[in-house]
Amino acid sequence: MLNIECPYCGFRDEIEFSCGGEAHISRPELNDKLSDKEWSEYLYSSYNPKGLFIERWVHSAGCRQWFNMVRNTVTNEIYEVYKIGSLPKTKEGLLAFKNNWRRKTKSELIDLKKKKNNGKK
Amino acid sequence: MLEKKQKYSIFSIIKNSFSYHQNWQKAWRNPEPKKNYDAIIVGAGGHGLASAYYLASIHGIKNIAVIEKGWLGGGNTGRNTTIIRSNYLWDESASIYEHSLKLWENLSNELNFNVMFSQRGVLTIAHSEHELKEMSRRVNAIRLNGIDSEILNPSQIKRFVPIIDIDQKLRYPVMGGFLQKRGGTARHDAVAWGYARAADSYGVDIIQNCELHEIIHKKNKITGVVTSKGKINTKKLGVVVAGHSSVVADKIGIKLPIQSRPLQALVSEPIKPILDTVIMSNAVHMYISQSDKGEMVLGAGVDKYNSYGQKGSFPVTQHMIASAVELFPILSRLRMLRHWGGIVDTCPDASPIISKTEIEGLYFNCGWGTGGFKATPGSGHVFADLIAKDKPNSISKPFSIERFEKGKLIDEHGAAGVAH
Repeated sequence: MLNIECPYCGFRDEIEFSCGGEAHISRPELNDKLSDKEWSEYLYSSYNPKGLFIERWVHSAGCRQWFNMVRNTVTNEIYEVYKIGSLPKTKEGLLAFKNNWRRKTKSELIDLKKKKNNGKK
Repeated sequence: MLEKKQKYSIFSIIKNSFSYHQNWQKAWRNPEPKKNYDAIIVGAGGHGLASAYYLASIHGIKNIAVIEKGWLGGGNTGRNTTIIRSNYLWDESASIYEHSLKLWENLSNELNFNVMFSQRGVLTIAHSEHELKEMSRRVNAIRLNGIDSEILNPSQIKRFVPIIDIDQKLRYPVMGGFLQKRGGTARHDAVAWGYARAADSYGVDIIQNCELHEIIHKKNKITGVVTSKGKINTKKLGVVVAGHSSVVADKIGIKLPIQSRPLQALVSEPIKPILDTVIMSNAVHMYISQSDKGEMVLGAGVDKYNSYGQKGSFPVTQHMIASAVELFPILSRLRMLRHWGGIVDTCPDASPIISKTEIEGLYFNCGWGTGGFKATPGSGHVFADLIAKDKPNSISKPFSIERFEKGKLIDEHGAAGVAH
């Protein structure tokens, strides 16, 4: 059984928590650039790594607060627990955050690049 | 030169008994990979081996390799609770699972290998008025698809399963159920071994301990793979790796709607025969049957978070045993012998993906989630057809990966029941 450290209540048993799946997914902006494929990727595709993974958990039988957790999906080792709205700090957390391809859609990434390039000029 | 396969029969057993069973032919070879193959299947589980077998036997493509990182049938094929049924709600699922069930019915004969397919019936129990109504709706839909299915009342259930308690004052009273008589179980290992032996007899190379490292493609066409046993060239690559589908898809930048979860099962010590059918309950959430050895085989739902560790979490184990005892108090003093977990590839709509991809010559067969075993022959059959013709047939067409883009999901979540 996982022994999870709730950022609000401290260490509690796994049965008190529910897993809300992948964390840090951003909803793509609804505009004419958004293709059906990108929308379906947002809705259905999942980053499903063997190794480091960031998930949302909720302390459903406790304080009922949501938080993020960095876990290894093979060994179940928990590296870090942090509050919603903040970013991971540990080495493992940052790596998992970097590897995830679900945070931005393709067209948003292109937009971001353009913005960056414009900034340089 | 390929050696002719021995035929298994009562006469071959008698003949071999004279030499104390020391001279049986090996069931399959253990070849080193060749440089070129017409097709490569990744994953030597039931589905992968069946795909290779049907490619060789029906479509005449015999220059095939099945590469497997462990040993054949060592993944989910060897880790499930062996339930077979085809009573699915939606037409698309009904057609593929019924196709599969029909192949099961002649499988031992076809493979010349006893897969111990036993049509002992699968009974799903309802514990509330609402569940019973929903069940009759489902039974009617299933019967319209020409699949056998019938509603039983509590006293009929008692006659069918004498150890069940039908007292209506229980916390979860047995209020009715629906039975598919043609459903049942099979011996999971024998399915893998039977397909492996039959595929091998056509010259299919089953290469064990050979892990896929890299998929090579040029100009959007598959050209080969890099494995732990070197580079192998091929133009067609079928990926049938269940829980590790996302890991393989990641190598080539394909995004799958799959989450890998552990699914656990338990086996008790062997006892005298008490249960000659398969019982499933959605409300109490478990399924149970008795193996030919006398062990009670039970399972429940998947773990609640993604994992690749083949063990599963303890609360789920506890829940499973609590449910079994709730339904059959007679089991309360039974000791559990073995417990294991397999990594299942769950899809958002609980239906499989049998699909071509953006890359020519790359095919995926995955997303079977918790219910892949029952589909082994059918899945292999339609996947072989897809690989050979590069075009889905009428059964596999609705299961293409594009259904997520088009919104044509085949939502079997509620409909499929617990042991989907």
